[in-house]
Parts: sequence; structure tokens; C-alpha cells
Amino acid sequence: MPVPLAPAATPVTGWGRTAPTAARLLRPGSYEEAVAAVRGSDGRGTIARGLGRAYGDAAQNAGGAVLDMTGLDRVHEIDAVNGVVTCDAGVSLHRLMQVLLPLGWFVPVTPGTRYVTVGGAIGADIHGKNHHVSGSFSRHVRAFELLTGDGECHVVTQEDEPELFWATAGGMGLTGVVLAATIQLLPVETSLMTVDTERATDLDDLMARLTATDHRYRYSVAWIDLLARGARTGRAVLTRGDHAPLDALPPRARHEPLAFRPRRLPAVPPLVPDGLLGRASVGAFNELWYRKAPREQRGRLQRLASFFHPLDGVPEWNRVYGRAGFVQYQFVVGQGQEDTLRSVVRRLARRGCPSFLAVLKRFGAGDPGWLSFPMPGWTLALDIPTGLPGLGALLDELDEEVAAAGGRVYLAKDARLRPDLVELMYPRLDDFRALRARIDPRGAITSDLARRLAL
Amino acid sequence: MKDAFGAPQSLLVLGGASEIGLATARRLVARRTRRVHLAGRPSPALEQAARELRGLGAEVHTHTFDALDPDTHEEVLGKVFAEGDIDMVLLAFGVLGDQARDEQDPMAAVRVASVNYTGAVSASLVCGAALQNQGHGSLVVLSSVAAERARRENFVYGSSKAGLDTFAQGLGDALHSCGVHVMVVRPGFVHTRMTEGRRPAPFATTADAVASAIEAGLRRRAEVVWVPGVLRAVMAGLRHLPRGVFRLVTAPR
Repeated sequence: MPVPLAPAATPVTGWGRTAPTAARLLRPGSYEEAVAAVRGSDGRGTIARGLGRAYGDAAQNAGGAVLDMTGLDRVHEIDAVNGVVTCDAGVSLHRLMQVLLPLGWFVPVTPGTRYVTVGGAIGADIHGKNHHVSGSFSRHVRAFELLTGDGECHVVTQEDEPELFWATAGGMGLTGVVLAATIQLLPVETSLMTVDTERATDLDDLMARLTATDHRYRYSVAWIDLLARGARTGRAVLTRGDHAPLDALPPRARHEPLAFRPRRLPAVPPLVPDGLLGRASVGAFNELWYRKAPREQRGRLQRLASFFHPLDGVPEWNRVYGRAGFVQYQFVVGQGQEDTLRSVVRRLARRGCPSFLAVLKRFGAGDPGWLSFPMPGWTLALDIPTGLPGLGALLDELDEEVAAAGGRVYLAKDARLRPDLVELMYPRLDDFRALRARIDPRGAITSDLARRLAL
Repeated sequence: MKDAFGAPQSLLVLGGASEIGLATARRLVARRTRRVHLAGRPSPALEQAARELRGLGAEVHTHTFDALDPDTHEEVLGKVFAEGDIDMVLLAFGVLGDQARDEQDPMAAVRVASVNYTGAVSASLVCGAALQNQGHGSLVVLSSVAAERARRENFVYGSSKAGLDTFAQGLGDALHSCGVHVMVVRPGFVHTRMTEGRRPAPFATTADAVASAIEAGLRRRAEVVWVPGVLRAVMAGLRHLPRGVFRLVTAPR
């Protein structure tokens, strides 16, 4: 008896390529089609998906529908005088940069990739290297149009509907489908960055440098070598910068100061053997990366794409982790919890997690989103192949340490958090659940993440 | 839902009193599993397994399930799935039979085949369809190294497992694109109640080792798991031995 295949079910994973589940993929080309899809969703619900850069299961919905929002990609209106753009949720930050940079405007917040959609940026309330100055993405969103589980569209602003606004900012798409948004932009004179680079010899040196000098830069981030042990534990390369003013450019570059032509290499092939990234290969890479960084360098001009999005130059780079995929672990602990950060870094270094280039950053003031990730303090992000034995148990222990210190892990990256810890990490989770129960009583909007963590 | 390491949050064990089933459940409860359904014939062993898993912090439900009564499978298993998503189904029931007696008594041999093959076919299809509807989940099927090649010593049992093994591989292919993962586990000789008093074969293993291999297989999303792993290489050789040589190698000593 042949097993009847469910019509058009497609396996879906996040960027980390772990835990695939199957769903009906729908690609609405208009708001009406999106409304029809949500209204027509069955008991297993619907979730919006952008470019699939969430590492875990946030944009998966086993047995239900997944709305591929990239078909909704119109830029509606640009106010080039005041720097405001209104566009569909499926528009990527890459596209916004292409459109806006020639007009002298830049997106207010960008994560480590340009290939996220505006809807995803709101759903994850993304942050960037400028969090200490600018906060996270939703702070710059003036309004968005939200399609809730009952199939109704709402125009949501911070002033008129603060609850729905701040539940949606960082709400992982679970309050409804964002259809369009209006965003306040950042003026820039050029598409280049002035960058300062320096090396830190260990974690304490790094934290001291970041604390003392972060405020001088709009963008600030540190790459840590997590395989360095002993006295070198936490050695790092700091990269900080700002948008270059016009007069910083050499005369040749001044005739086209706002050019934006990022280069892309060929994609990583689909079949990469497992275990390519082990201790030896990653260790060698990290050593090289640390040594090639200048001990100290000031005012180097760098293209925007290589400063913000170095990995975007290698399409499908997530394939290098092989079939088993990888997890990204990102957590934050508040100011004053530096000991927790030290302890976590020491444990990861001692375990020899083959993570290349873990990223440390200092967050500024927290954001009002109910499930927004950032809080004032320290955030560390690292990629680890899932095949590493004992990794699940190790990360569970780190979670407990982070939660006990009042910190949290980032839901847009998560694929493995123990469900009972999420309430400790996100104190407004009960409000979030109550709001979802109120606006979507039949559960038309849901995801694998929501099922796994009972959000 | 399973996490990035394939650790399930909810588990259904068919053959709930089986030692390998319990060892696996114990291991998974130590990770993410909080809801466990044990399905089997009512017995003190089933209740004891439920008590033990509750003691480890899991919410445990027991269900009456009889492999020899496939007519009831849809109803019994349907009820389990109606209570919520099942991230992993472990098909752990099976009987070893008694080769000497089974050769003399065809109905005894048929019983081995009915439990190990017919009952498993029906239960796997019911569970496979339910997993397909929910769009995710693993069906882990306990086969045996005996399924790989008929041996004089246990070919009644071996042939029933061979049927199950082939069936499960095909089911895995059918469900592959539906988000459902089917994993065939081929242990060698396992020291359990079922094999008590029998002479262990080379590379004998334990229920706990099988459980550990299952957990690792889930993490890798493996399709076939040998326990111990060396059996993969051993059987790759034995499979191609000429019949006469194979007979000599495996002749009872």
C-alpha cells in the first residue's frame, strides 16, 4: 500500500538546517492572497517566512502553512527629504540599501546579513553593531500593517496601539503577519565606512576596551577566538566604525560617493561532508584571523558590505556545516554580570567548541518589545556544528547560568532552548500569551518555535 | 517538537515494557522528553516502566496495545495522537520465539511473524500517517542484525525482522518528503530478558548502548543505525560470503 503523500508538503528548515518539518508553502502575491491564506488556515495554522535567515524553527510550521512573504516586495513610497520609507514586509534590507543609498539614506539597523526582510526584522526585532547608539530595529519603525489571525488588517503605531506594536516587535511573527511597514532612515554622505581595528589580548582586556571606548563609535563589535585557551582565553579583534563623511574619501571616490555594488562569490555546493569544521581547521582559521588583524589601525576606509555583511559574499555559507547543520548560540547578560560572561567563555574555550569567530558586543538601553532580545549588557554569539558530542547538554548548562544571571538567549537564533527556561528569560511572556489568546483565539498563527517553547 | 539535536519532547513507545524501549525513554527524558506514552499489553512491567519514568519527571500515559490485533491499531493509536503531537514513535515490540519449537509448530512460527512483521506493518502505517499529518516526527523501528541474512539458528525470527526492515526502509522513502524521519535500528545480540539464558553472539551489546545509539542517530537524522557500529562493517563482509562458507561460519558450535 503506497503511502499517499500530502499534497505539496515541503520540508522546511531554518538557516542552521536542523530539525526539518514539512508544511504547505504559499507565496502570496497580494495582500488579498495573504488574507485568504490566513483565513483559510486549518488547525495547524500559518506562519510568515521571509528569507529564512532565522537559525532555528521560527519560520517553520509543521503540518500547516508557511507564507513565503518574498512575493510581497514593493517599495511604496520614499520621502527622500525626511528619510522615511514605506514598503512591503517582503522587501529585503539588501533591496532597501540598493534603493536608498543613492538618495543618501541607510537602514537604521542592520544585522550581520542584508538578506533579511523588513517583516523578519520586525518579528525578530533585530539589532546590529549600533545597538548601543540606536537600539533595535523596531524603535525606528513608525507604523506597520498587521494581518491578525482573524484575517483582519490593522495599522499599528507606537502611539495608537502600543500593546500590539510592542508585542509584535520581537514577537517572532506570532501576533500576525506584517504586511507593510514605514521606517525612519539614517542619513549618510557616502557608502563607505571609516574603520578602526585593534587587538585585545584576552577577555578582560577586550571588555575594558569596549567599555572605555564604545561611545565614540556608532558601530562596534568584537570577534573572539573561542579556541584560544589559558592566558589568551577571549583574545579578540575589535572592529569599530562610522559612516565615512564625504571629505574623508580620496578624490577619485568622490564622484560616486554613494555607490553600492557588493560582490558575491560562487555559492557553497549543496553536499559538503560532515565534520569539515573541526577543532584543527577552525583553530587554524582563528589563529590566522587573529594574526592577520592589525594590532592597531585607525581610519581605514572599507566598503559598507564588507564591514557589515562579510558572509553575504558567500551565498549558502550555511552548507559548510554539512548535513547535520549547526546551531547559533546567542545570549545576553546584563551590566554587572561580567562574571557570567567570563565563565561561559571559559567553559566554551575549555570544551574546545570549534566555532569560528564568535562575536561579542555591548548592548545599550533595552528595547520595549515584549519579547525583544537586547538588554543593556553583553551579548555573545557563536556558531557550533550540531554533531559535536555533548553539545546539547553543555548549552543547557550555559542556559541555566545565563538565566540565573537574569540573561536570555535570542529566539531568532534558538533551536534548542529548554522550554521551562523561556519564562525566566522573558518576563513578559505571560502578557504575550494573554494577548495572543485574545487576538487569535483559534490559533491561526503559530510556528514550530511556538510549539516547542509554548509561546 | 524536536530540538536541533533531534531530542523529542513527546515520545510514544510501542512495546512499552520492552527493555530497549525503557532504556531509550529514560535517556530521552533526561534531555527534552516530558510526555511519554507507553503502549503495550497491560502488565506489571508496563506499570513499573511508567512509574520509573514518572519518577524521572515525565508525564506518562499507558495504553492497551496488542500487536496481534491489528484491527484495533487505528483506534488505539489514533487516541494517542489526538492528545497532541508525537515527536518520536519507537516501535520496540517483538518476540524472539523458539526456533526449535517454531520449526515443529507452524502456528508458533506464524505468531512470531504476526507480532514482528504483520503487527509492525499495521502499527507503522498508522503512526506514519499520523506523523505525516502533523508534518514532523521520527519513527524509529527496532530491526535486528538477524534481518540482514538468514541464519540456521534463528531464521524464523530473522525473516520476520527482515520483512520489517525492508518495509521500514520503504516507508522511510515514502515519508521522506513529508518531513517524517524513519530510522531503522539493527542491534546485534542484546542482553535483555528476551535473550536471557542464551549464548551471546559476538559483539553482544546492552539495551543502554542501543538507547545511546538511537539518541545519536536522531541527532544525525540517520536512516540506518547498527549497534554496535562495528556490525555495519562486519555485516558488509558477511552479506557477500558464499552460502557454503556462511553456513560454516555460522554453524552452531
